[in-house]
Amino acid sequence: MDPTLSLLLNGIVSGLLLGGLYAAAASGLAVSFGMLDIVNIAHPALMVAAGFAVILLGGALGLDPLLMALLVAPAFALLGMGIYTAYHHFFERRGDEALQGLAFFFGVMFIIEVGLVMAFGPEQRFLDPDWAFTTWRFGEIDVPLRMLIPALVSLAAIGLLWLFLQRTFIGLAIAAVAQDAQALRLMAVDPVRIKRLAFGISVGFAAIAGGALVVVQPIEPSSHHVFIGRVFAVCIMGGMASLSGCVMAALLFGVVENLTASFFGPSWSPAVAFGWLLLVLAVRPQGLFGRAA
Amino acid sequence: MSGAVLLRAEGVGKRFGGFTALADVNIELRAGERLGLIGPNGSGKSTFVNCISGDFAAHDGKVTLGGQLLDGLKPHRRARLGLARTFQLPQPFASLTVLENVRVPLLFAGEAAHASARAFECLEQVELAAKADKLPKELTQVEQRRLELARAIALRPQLLIADEAMAGLSHAEVDQIIALLLRMNAAGTAVIMIEHIMRAVTEFSERLVVFVAGRKIADGEPREVLAMPEVEGAYLGKQ
Amino acid sequence: MSATALPAPAVAGERRHLSYWLGATAVAVALAVALRLLGNEYGWYAGYFVLQYVVLAAAWNILGGYAGYVNFGAAGFMAAGSYTAIVLYESMGLGVIPGILGGAVVAGLLGLGTGYLTLRLRGVYFSIATLCLAVVLQTLIVNWDYVGGSRGAYIIRPMTVPGFASYGEYIFIVMLVLAVLAVGIGRTVEMSRLGTGLQAIRDNERAAEAVGVPTLRLKLIACTLSGALMGVAGAPLPFYAGYINPEGAFNLAYAVNSIAMPLIGGAGTWLGPVIGAVLLATLQQAATVTISSALNLWIVGWMLVIFVALFPRGIIGWFRNR
Repeated sequence: MDPTLSLLLNGIVSGLLLGGLYAAAASGLAVSFGMLDIVNIAHPALMVAAGFAVILLGGALGLDPLLMALLVAPAFALLGMGIYTAYHHFFERRGDEALQGLAFFFGVMFIIEVGLVMAFGPEQRFLDPDWAFTTWRFGEIDVPLRMLIPALVSLAAIGLLWLFLQRTFIGLAIAAVAQDAQALRLMAVDPVRIKRLAFGISVGFAAIAGGALVVVQPIEPSSHHVFIGRVFAVCIMGGMASLSGCVMAALLFGVVENLTASFFGPSWSPAVAFGWLLLVLAVRPQGLFGRAA
Repeated sequence: MSGAVLLRAEGVGKRFGGFTALADVNIELRAGERLGLIGPNGSGKSTFVNCISGDFAAHDGKVTLGGQLLDGLKPHRRARLGLARTFQLPQPFASLTVLENVRVPLLFAGEAAHASARAFECLEQVELAAKADKLPKELTQVEQRRLELARAIALRPQLLIADEAMAGLSHAEVDQIIALLLRMNAAGTAVIMIEHIMRAVTEFSERLVVFVAGRKIADGEPREVLAMPEVEGAYLGKQ
Repeated sequence: MSATALPAPAVAGERRHLSYWLGATAVAVALAVALRLLGNEYGWYAGYFVLQYVVLAAAWNILGGYAGYVNFGAAGFMAAGSYTAIVLYESMGLGVIPGILGGAVVAGLLGLGTGYLTLRLRGVYFSIATLCLAVVLQTLIVNWDYVGGSRGAYIIRPMTVPGFASYGEYIFIVMLVLAVLAVGIGRTVEMSRLGTGLQAIRDNERAAEAVGVPTLRLKLIACTLSGALMGVAGAPLPFYAGYINPEGAFNLAYAVNSIAMPLIGGAGTWLGPVIGAVLLATLQQAATVTISSALNLWIVGWMLVIFVALFPRGIIGWFRNR
């Protein structure tokens, strides 16, 4: 096969697999930012924090990182509920979301990152399961399990979240809370309780994404920086509150970024995220954020 | 009273996704006229206001004010052409004092040099001068409404759109606002009053337009319009 | 600083401007004389450290404090200033003053560009964009060999500057003048039509637009001015340290302090950022001697969170409300 074509095909396949990871990272944000209108810029930092928890606990207990991620997810969900409770009490209730609330999440992000530096040092950490070294080959195309398994686990988790949001009463209430909190009150549902639960789920999802991240690449406390652009770009591109849109945007984004890395060098991938984000914001704001109307 | 045409809306329409909020509305308003605009909730009144004021960037049809095409102009440009509006819920600048609230339009309308004095005059016109140094949150509901009108007066408007400026007010307070609007009108400002309080509309308007489901179904002398069977059926019958 | 500290509503007379400039100059001269009498190199370097944060906080406040648009990318704008100075030095051998002017222009244009693309939308999109901007600028610098890439770039500092006790004093005086200017610019904005317009935008953008405020234009002016002043804060940094690398120029400390200082001091007032910067920077300067820099930053992060939660209007707001 033509080497460029092979590079292209491999780039597309591993981009799709990378996109699976991005989908996990961004779908949690689709819940908090998209549905609840809470600008949680600490989401990627929480994801990296979960990655460290997975490495620490998974390493100590000898458990598979993805299994470990599922185990730490409830703890992170609780943490998320705690963060929302504070956010609601001090900012949302007062109508101070725009300036002070945003600064609060920035502070949380910062505390997490510097806390990780103090606890683990700035070095890279990793936890490789045995299967991570296997690569399936289909002709010219390599499919490393290191990429495939996290992507599949991520997509499966998103599928479950989608079912939950579509089929359960609480899930429907979450989807409704941003649109019409008053209507929920009439149904005797406390919107604050629903938002707390939803925010917990969103942070729990960050933990699952963190576990997937640990398998894909080594992490360091500052790893979340490049994810901020990625996850927000994906979430906005996907239509904010739509999980299916989020997955599509994530896969597309993974491919674009990966091809850029293959053809121009990996150091340019953060620029892709930023360029993408600016493009979305500048070119199609109305189409994507039609909520103002 | 029967001045030249001030506002002309031709074939104005607006869709949100597949939902048509407003379709093919034609309205002409003469300078200094008092027009009442009524219709049930969701009939497109507010959509129409937002098309005129420029809050919706794009819509079908064409809107002109005093012969000047408004389409494509941002709201602040329209404000400077003499188009003022109030909001359904009062929208004061919360961290600025009452006086500063009224200074804001003056600063950007080429009246910066004597903005404070003019702002005070505007407040006197709505009888709010005594509260010039208060913050908006210290005002009562009706005072906040009057502050919005003072801000509008500061723009020296040719046209004021009063979008439910009396919602939630008592009988006496409604009379206050009507008196203010009449005074503005006597000074030459055309007024479009969008209101659910029928008493206010009939007392104020020279002409009445009725919207139902995004369409204009009637336009004429208030008593005649209210007597039309389709208006009664579509709107008044429900009350 | 002048005694007419808190901004009273309305009437911005010439006299109140004059009293600021005279008062600020007096404070600045007193500070310079005191440090000269102290005659300690460390005093000048510590003073520079605090003053660069005064400039940075005052710059952030122009957009963040008055208009309520949160810029998370202060480190990026500052680094744009630092690296512009490096490029001017490397290419033409220019010194700190041209570096500052160049840094202002480049960072100002960066602000204008980012603002033009995102300020038409809700404020959060601008904030997210600025957060990413710093990451991307860092990538660009790391990949740019001309300015040393990730290794960094050196500046050969003169041993002495005519008329000054030492180079340390010179660079301190430069920053002192910049601080007086930056705070004065912030104060002038606050008392001008621009400041009132920005406050109206912060309170209610839709209503501001409806009463004739050209909101996008004012935001762009504020964003450009704010970005330029951040560049000004960063431009002398390579001359101060003699060396700069991406890790130092994009230091996390700048990002968190630029937000924490105005908010803790009192955002939306010209004096608030000064109070916040002097307080936090002095604390950090004192603490680096005793505790690790990571712990130091961690404390700033917690202070930010606690202050915005308990004292949302900052120290100034708290005093005013009492």
